[in-house]
Amino acid sequence: MPSLNNLFGFLQDWISGKLSGFLPPWGVTLAMMVITIVALLLFLVVTVMYLTYLERKVLARIADRLGPNRAGPLGIAQPVADVLKLIVKEVIVPARADVPVYFLAPVVMVAPALLPYAVLPFGPRMVPADISVAVLFVPAVTSITTLALLMAGWGSGNKFSLLGGLRAVAQKVSYSIPLLLAFLAVVLVSGSLSLVRIVEAQASYPFLLAQPLGFIIALICCVAEVNRSPFDIPEAESELVAGYHTEYSGVGFAMFFLAEYIGMFTVSAMLAILYLGGWHGPLLPPYIWFLIKVYLILCVMFWLRGTFPRVRVDQLMNLSWKVLLPLSMVNVAVVALVDKLGLRLGFLPGLVAGLVVMAVAAAVLRTRRRARAAAAARPAWQVREA
Amino acid sequence: MSLTQAVFILLGGMAVLGALGMVTLRNLFHSALAMILALFSIAGIYVLLEAEFLAVVQVLVYVGAIAMLILFGIMLTRDIVGRASAVRNRQWPLALAVSAGLLAVLAVALVRAAWPLATYAPAQGGVADLGLALMGPYALPFEVASVLLLVAMVGALIIAREARE
Repeated sequence: MPSLNNLFGFLQDWISGKLSGFLPPWGVTLAMMVITIVALLLFLVVTVMYLTYLERKVLARIADRLGPNRAGPLGIAQPVADVLKLIVKEVIVPARADVPVYFLAPVVMVAPALLPYAVLPFGPRMVPADISVAVLFVPAVTSITTLALLMAGWGSGNKFSLLGGLRAVAQKVSYSIPLLLAFLAVVLVSGSLSLVRIVEAQASYPFLLAQPLGFIIALICCVAEVNRSPFDIPEAESELVAGYHTEYSGVGFAMFFLAEYIGMFTVSAMLAILYLGGWHGPLLPPYIWFLIKVYLILCVMFWLRGTFPRVRVDQLMNLSWKVLLPLSMVNVAVVALVDKLGLRLGFLPGLVAGLVVMAVAAAVLRTRRRARAAAAARPAWQVREA
Repeated sequence: MSLTQAVFILLGGMAVLGALGMVTLRNLFHSALAMILALFSIAGIYVLLEAEFLAVVQVLVYVGAIAMLILFGIMLTRDIVGRASAVRNRQWPLALAVSAGLLAVLAVALVRAAWPLATYAPAQGGVADLGLALMGPYALPFEVASVLLLVAMVGALIIAREARE
């Protein structure tokens, strides 16, 4: 079904064909830009609304509950009710807030969250701009959200918000280093920084097979980058009320919420593009395959949230700097070595090397944990002697 | 005036405004935000010059990491509650002399420069060419810069250690 496979390319040609009847060429370009942006925004807002519904349903299943089931059949109108509630809520400005910073923070949060969709390829012709450094562009623009979190935390004039903001910065800066090193390995494997080229390079096999270690590092880092449980210490409700968005209500809070869920979709899309082969797949149209892969990763994130307890701040930093960073460097070195040796065996060398590194790392961590447990089990005077 | 020029003037104006805000605002947090505005506008100017890679790295490294660490540093070392801080301190005459001297040198250089236009087209390879250049003809400065960063990191660790004991 070529027409269904290329539905969006066809729509694009049809609309621009109609427009060129009465608009000059630059007008057509401008109109197509606006149409693309509006379509993407609508898609994202509806996706976020129903992501919250999906998440609540999945978490409810994990906890053996029903989840939202009051508004509409199966609770399907619940997101609409939530949005309406948020919009009509009063916006309260704290007395000690730094007002310009306080109101700028939600804007600085949402704008960079939308920017990655300028370069994310949903299908063969479904990418607004195929820029040559897209792999770096996405982490670069999403790193601006860190600024928004700090602005929100500081601008609220509240110590819980400020602590949440500081934690968010520490976490995001720490985890973006292994994340970028994991992406670098994919760039080495595919030989390109363009997301479209990387997807095209996965026509025969997804890079998950060549980069098993890289995928796991990237998945952990992505969960931490979007402040999702078990890495949600910037908004740990048992310690910080709600972290950086403690003082936001109504539309301000909705903006943070929107940006966080868009961020989740963005990192899942990045993982699907870099490791799961993007739009490649049999039978179904490419964009459907892409969305299936994205939702697969989103469900893994819900699953993590439903099953893992929150990590402590020190555990969070140790994991990033002592485990993920060295492993991601080893990963890059191994990929470079395999590439230099020029083994033309598809994904096999990468898969074997990745599994070996993971096994060694697991063994090392296990012995260290045993040693620590043994030290803790000994009486205190013995430990001091040793 | 072409569209490119208009965008350049806009971005340049934002960068200058950000830089001015950074040195004149009384609130340290606001100055840091103004600095981020300046850094971001410079990234925009890189895009205008078709140096996409530099622009992305500028945002990633300066806006995403360094500016954040500066803000972090301000919050950990300063009194968070005492928000306004003095723009001047006792060293201002000295600083004025140094800045005036630098301005004079720059002004002379700028007036005397002939501003020749490049006669060849800019390189198209982008990242690949940059990588080859850094590993080939410019390998030594690249490595020296890395060693400098390493020394700075070790130095920071030593200072932090002494302070604790």
